[in-house]
Order: sequence, then structure tokens, then C-alpha cells
Amino acid sequence: MDFVAVIILEVLYAIASLALISAGLAVVFGMMRVINLAHGEFLMLGGYAAIVSVRAGLNIYVAMLVVAPLVVGIIGLIIERCVIQFLYGRMLDTMLATWGLSLLLTGVVTMIFGNTTTGISTPIGGFAIGSYQASGYNIFIMLAGIAVIAVIFTVLKTTRLGLIARGAMQSADMASGLGHNPKRIYMVTFTLGAALSGLAGGILAPLTGLTPTSGGLYVSKAFITVISGGAAVVTGTVSSSALFGTLTQLTMLLSTPVWGDVAMLFAAIVLLRLLPRGITGRFFRRQV
Amino acid sequence: MATKGAVVLETRSLTMRFGGVVAVDNVDFELREGELRCLIGPNGAGKSTFFKCLTGQLLPTAGDVLIQDRSMLGEPPCRIAAAGIGVKTQTPSLFNGLTAREHIALAVERHHGRDTAAARIDEVIDRFNLGDLGRRLVGELAHGQRQRVEIAMVVAADPWLVLLDEPAAGMTHEEVDRMVALIHEINRNATMIIVEHDMQFIRMIGDQVTVFHQGAILIEDHVEVVLSDARVREVYLGA
Amino acid sequence: MPDSARNRHILVAAIGLLILFGLPVVVDLVTLLEISIYVVYAILGLSLGFIWGYGGILCFGQAAFFGLGAYTYAVTAINVGESTGPFLLAILLPLVFAALLGAMMFYGRISDVYMGVITLVVTLILFKFINSTANETWIVGKARLGGFNGIPAFPTLNVPGDPGALLDPEQFFYVAMVFLLLVYFGLHWLMTTRFGRVVVAIRENEVRAELLGYDIRLYKTAVFAIGGGIGGLAGALFANWGNFVSPGLFSLAQSATIIIWVIVGGLGTMIGPVVGAVLIQYITTLLGQQGVINNAFVLGGILVLFVLLLPKGLMPTLGQLLTRLRRAPRRPARRSAEQAEGGRDGH
Ligand SMILES: Nc1ncnc2c1ncn2[C@@H]1O[C@H](COP(=O)(O)OP(=O)(O)O)[C@@H](O)[C@H]1O
Ligand SMILES: [Mg+2]
Repeated sequence: MDFVAVIILEVLYAIASLALISAGLAVVFGMMRVINLAHGEFLMLGGYAAIVSVRAGLNIYVAMLVVAPLVVGIIGLIIERCVIQFLYGRMLDTMLATWGLSLLLTGVVTMIFGNTTTGISTPIGGFAIGSYQASGYNIFIMLAGIAVIAVIFTVLKTTRLGLIARGAMQSADMASGLGHNPKRIYMVTFTLGAALSGLAGGILAPLTGLTPTSGGLYVSKAFITVISGGAAVVTGTVSSSALFGTLTQLTMLLSTPVWGDVAMLFAAIVLLRLLPRGITGRFFRRQV
Repeated sequence: MATKGAVVLETRSLTMRFGGVVAVDNVDFELREGELRCLIGPNGAGKSTFFKCLTGQLLPTAGDVLIQDRSMLGEPPCRIAAAGIGVKTQTPSLFNGLTAREHIALAVERHHGRDTAAARIDEVIDRFNLGDLGRRLVGELAHGQRQRVEIAMVVAADPWLVLLDEPAAGMTHEEVDRMVALIHEINRNATMIIVEHDMQFIRMIGDQVTVFHQGAILIEDHVEVVLSDARVREVYLGA
Repeated sequence: MPDSARNRHILVAAIGLLILFGLPVVVDLVTLLEISIYVVYAILGLSLGFIWGYGGILCFGQAAFFGLGAYTYAVTAINVGESTGPFLLAILLPLVFAALLGAMMFYGRISDVYMGVITLVVTLILFKFINSTANETWIVGKARLGGFNGIPAFPTLNVPGDPGALLDPEQFFYVAMVFLLLVYFGLHWLMTTRFGRVVVAIRENEVRAELLGYDIRLYKTAVFAIGGGIGGLAGALFANWGNFVSPGLFSLAQSATIIIWVIVGGLGTMIGPVVGAVLIQYITTLLGQQGVINNAFVLGGILVLFVLLLPKGLMPTLGQLLTRLRRAPRRPARRSAEQAEGGRDGH
């Protein structure tokens, strides 16, 4: 019984962390059709922002939940102004340019912090379920995942900004005809997406040691989750996080972490072959 | 040729929906060997969509397409084209980075062996006066020249069935006259479907006409009958 | 063949032969060995340059074929004890792998972007898999896969039929250089055939080519397979060059590097990827000799700048400048990849 509870917790944790990792990318892909291959580096930068602030004496929650998204949001804004804005509508070029950005950011961080591992410890201790030890921080990540998804959903569904953003996504011409500048909308969306990535990076920072190349660990997972989810930001992210989170975690429990990853990659290929537009391209089409 | 050959192309209850829009609605259509059939109808009537279902560019929502009594449903465009069908799409479609000669070669070589192809290519180039275009890339040619290349490419391989979507769009009077003559010439050896919304052009071709309206066939008859039909006038002038 | 093209071929052939026979005379052995790796990279660059610039297929995982070729060579060479069979297999296996992968993608009519995703993911799988084979249980015949440690030693190239006669570094240079010239002119020749004309036609306008009756799925798969085979060839040569293979060959960084060579050198030309590979690797080597500016930083910056400012790449831009002084501009290459996104809109 305890064992089952632990496994369920593990699976839920895997789903939540996938959703967290993917949320920023999903917003940018779903709203702007931009595939940001520097997404992993955004998370990595969020992690560094949090760690540096904690080292400087800041409260860890402020560092993770405020400083990390703020810093990465600003970096995202700069990148949007300098690079992305010139490439809208050119999906492949955007992928190439952001791949370049990913290398560039890795290089910058290496030059500043060196090619070493840094980290902070988790602010929450563990607790016992029967004879098993569970991580309290994992629970925090689950809550954070749920909160992030809920906020995105609410913003898209109920706010003016969300309405305009969804409108611009359907038809940029129409939105500009109604007096909204699609370029401004894209700028804001990209910045918010970056901030979300920074937030996720901050929250995940205490879990693993961070290196300048850590982004590579995140990007493939986020990438696969988002592409497999399809264009609908919330339903897509949730459904494919659930699918891949469960699959990876269960495979991992049965074998090794490597096979967990390989299973995810394989599942993604099969899925894309069967549903070329992702899960929400086929099901849940009217969702956000 | 009159309409007494065998049925070579047929659609049965062909339907194509785009979300809520029913672009082609339950169309039964027959084309006989040697026919020169015009598909007309106002903009948005569903002509091009119907056309694309025939060429395999669109997979119909329902119904069937038969070419020479074989169902072509779900076949990719290349299979349908390879069965000896020449297609000109509504929007001009060329290989901008290739020369006129390379266009013709591509069309001819699909059906001819190496040795017969060269002579055939020269023949087509002569027939369509493409020799003067030389080695210039098609992307650099003027509109009229590009149209010549396109139509030459469509008929270069001697297709037995030729499907043209708005062949006279954007042409001057003289060009239209020449196009009409060309269509009659092609029709001597091939069955044809011409999609057009310009009534004037249809008059000049003057043969069997199928009128599309809101995705369905409104009337099907000889051009004179169709043009004097009250419903057709209403569709074109009203709405 | 137009005169300008013939002149260009003669020029390239002359330079190639000059390098082939002249370089071993003027430089010492260490330098020659260093230059050999540039030759190998040039072949690798050509493999992607062909797929991407001529086939219009953007492959984010060219490193997969490279690594596959290198590992196939290493593993079979250990088992067989000589080099000819393993070398051929190192071309054949990536070729077949690419054909299968390509068939899966093209017959599934997956759009460009998803193709990027799938090639990337396949590379990741291979990387993760090879990386995790450090355990002794991962053995193919007599060869240990070695996981992240790689495979440190295996029989290198010998004179075909005579396993005792190993090639020395100078001979290796000749072999690599001859392969480069073969691939370069072989691909050029291929593009003048009917097959090549159809490939360019598909790149220029997929829908039109299909309406002429050409099965674009088949042609694209063939292009992909050829590119995969050439990538494998480069991998086999690479394995021989350092007598060492490691999972890094499959890494995303490796894939990114190949893409950077091609985009810097220029799409839609054969000379572009060669120039790009040599130039970028030269810059990388220079950067490696100092410790201040990071390599990834420079490569990433170059990629961003080229996408934004010089998307055609160096050689086509140079060619354009030259022909503008003389005649009409050259053919465009990469926009068509994006236009081709929805070949058939019924699904
Ligand atoms: N790819 C598509 N997606 C959605 N609607 C389409 C598409 N193609 C055509 N339609 C719609 O189908 C109807 C018929 O269009 P079309 O066949 O192009 O008409 P025609 O060629 O007779 O002018 C129009 O209402 C058009 O908006
Ligand atoms: Mg039309």
C-alpha cells in the first residue's frame, strides 16, 4: 500500500515537472508558432539566477519565484527584440537562430561561471510514508506545476491579454485590424514565455547540480512534450505531460533512467508518426 | 468530338468539407472520352476544390473518384498524374530555379525513355515557341512567358486527360484567343476539363458546360442553353 | 553543361589535385594529419549540404549518420581484424538507416518542422543509448561498446586484401582527399542526371513535381539515404583518423556544428559546405588555443548572425556578387523548404 502511494507520488511528480519544464515553450509555440530551441538555456539561466541570488543572501523562495522569472523574462525580451522579431513566420529559420542562441548562452554562462557544477539545497525536508522516505520538495513541485498551468489557463481564458493573444494567434491581420499591434502581442507573449521558463528553472534548481550545459537536459524533454501536445497550450501540455510523465517514470522504475528517456523519445516518434499535428491537433481541438 | 465515348472520369457523391464549409456537396459527375468540358460558377462555388479532389491534392471527406473505372481515392497526386493526366493548377506553379527547357524535360522524361525524350523535348519547345527563352531561369521570365512554359509542361507528355484550372486568368485579349485555339488543338487528342469563371471565355470555347453553385451542380448542358438559363444569370449577377 | 559551370569544375578540380599532391610535399606529417580532419569534416559537410541544399530537407540529426558510421567501423573492425569490409559496412549501414528513417518521415508526409523534431530526437536516442553502454554486458562480438568512454582502439585502414599493410598518416591523407573529390564530383554528376533534375524540381516546387507524376516521397527518401551514406563515410574516416570513437559524435552539438558549416558556406552549392567546414573548424582550432572566449559562444553567435544577416551563406553570396558583375543572379535555395510545408492539404 505504501509502495503504491510512493509510486503514484513519483508519477505525479514526473508529470508536474514535465509540465513545468514545458510550459514556457508551450506558450511560445502555441501562441506564436515559434519553436525556441534556446528554451533549455532559459531554464538554465533561471537556475543560475536563483542560485546567485541565494548566494547573495536572498530568501530562496524570493530567488526562485521572483528573481528567476524576472531575470529570464528580461533576457527573453532582449532576445525577442534583437533576433526573434525578424523571423516571425519563418519557422525553420527561427529554429536555427534559437539553436544558435542556445549555444551562445551556454558559452556566455561558461565564460562567467566556469564549466563547473553549482547548486543549492532544497528548502523542504523529506517525510515518511510507512517505511518509505518521500521528498517534500517533490510535493512543492507538484503544487507549482498545477499553479503554473492554472495561471496560464486563467490568463488565456479570462483576461483581456489572453483574449487578444488568442485572437492574434488565429489571425494576426484581424487582430491588427482591430487596433492591436501583433508585434507588441508577440513581444509580450515571448517575454512571458521566457519568464515562465525562468520560473521553472528556478524551482528546479535545488534538485540537481547546475552546469552551463544543463539546458540540454531540459530542452529535449520540453521539446517533445510540446510538439507531441500540439498547438493547444494548456490541454496539449497537460495531456502530453501526463502521457510521457507516466511512461518515463514507470519505465524508469522497471529499468534505469536512461531507458526512461529512451522510452519517451520512442513514444514521441511513434506518436508523431500517427498524429502528425500532436495530440491536440487530433483531439481536444477547441481547447486552449 | 461529340459526347459519345466511354465514361473516363466519374465522381460519386463527392463531398469535401473544410470545418463547417461544405465546398463540394455530394457531386455526381461524368466525363466521356474526347469531351471538352467547362466547369463554371462564381468565385467560391467549389470548382477548384472539386478539381483538387480529382487530382489527388485533396482527400475528399466522402464519395469516390473513378478514373477509367478505377477508384483513385487516397492515391497521391503523383500516381494520378502518372496515369497520363496533365494538370494546371489555378495559381501558376513553376520551378523558378529551372530553365524552360528543364521544365519540358521534367514533364517528358517522366514518360519517355532517354533516347526518345530528347527529340520530344525539342518538338515541344518548337511547338510552344520556347526556343527564344533560352537558358534563362523561369523565375526571371515575364508573366505571359511563364504561362506558355506552364501549359507546354502540362501537355508535353501527351496526356490523354488534361485538367486546367483557370487557364486564361490574367491574360490579354490576344493571349486569350491563342489559348482558346490551343485548347481546341489539345482537345483533338485529349479529353479535357476547363475550370473557369469568366463567361466570355466559356462562350469562345463553346461546348458542354457544368455550372457549380455552392458546391453542387446547378445545371449541365450545352453552353448556349446554359448561358440563356435564368438560374445561371441569377447566380452570376445576383448573390 | 554551361561554360561557367565547366570552368568552375576545372578550377575546383585543379585546386583539389594541387592539394592532393602538393600538400604532402610542402607540410610536415603533423600538419598533414591535422589537415586530414578538415578533409573528413568537408565530406561530412557535403553530406548535409546535399540533403539540405539540394533536397530541401533540413536534417537536425546529421550527426546520427556520422556517429553510426564511426561506430560501425570501429565495432566491425575489431571483430573482423581488417578494414575493407568494415569500411563498406560503415557506409552501408547509415545509408540503410537513413533510408528507413526517411521512408518513415516522407511516406508519413510529416511537415518540415516535425522532420526537424524527429531527426533531432533520433540523434538523442542514439546518443543516450550509446552513452549508457559502459557496462561490460554491452558487447558486439569481440567489441565492447564502452558507453561514455567510447572505443579507444581498433584496426585502422589497411591496403584492401592485406590486413598487415596499415596506411600511414600520409596515405590516410590521400585516401581522405580522394574520397572528398569523389563525393564532390560524384554529387555534381548526380545533379546533372534525370534524378538530379527531379530532386531540384522537388526542392523548387513540391506540388508541381508531384502533379507531373514524380513520387516525391521516393526521391526524398533516396536523397536522404545518399546523404546518410556519405555521413557514414565521413564517420568511418573520422574513426580512422583518431583511432577513437565516442558518444560525442552523436551529440546535438555535433549536429549543430554541421548545420553551421553548411549555413555559413552556403546552401544549394557543393563548394559551400566544404568551405564552411574548413573555415569554421579553423576558427574553432584557433579559439581552442586561447582560454578567454568560449567556442560555443562564437559558433552560436555565427549561426544567429548568418540566419539573420546572410541566410544564403558565403559562397552563394560571393557567387552572386561575381555574377552581378557579369550576368543574371543565381538560383535561390532555402525558401522553398518552407513553402513546401503542406504538400497535400487533405489530412
Ligand atoms: N483549404 C481550404 N480550407 C478552408 N476552406 C477552403 C479551402 N479551400 C477552399 N475553401 C473554401 O471552399 C469554398 C470553395 O472554394 P474554391 O473551390 O476555391 O472555389 P472556386 O474555385 O469555385 O472559386 C470557398 O468557400 C473557400 O473559402
Ligand atoms: Mg478556383
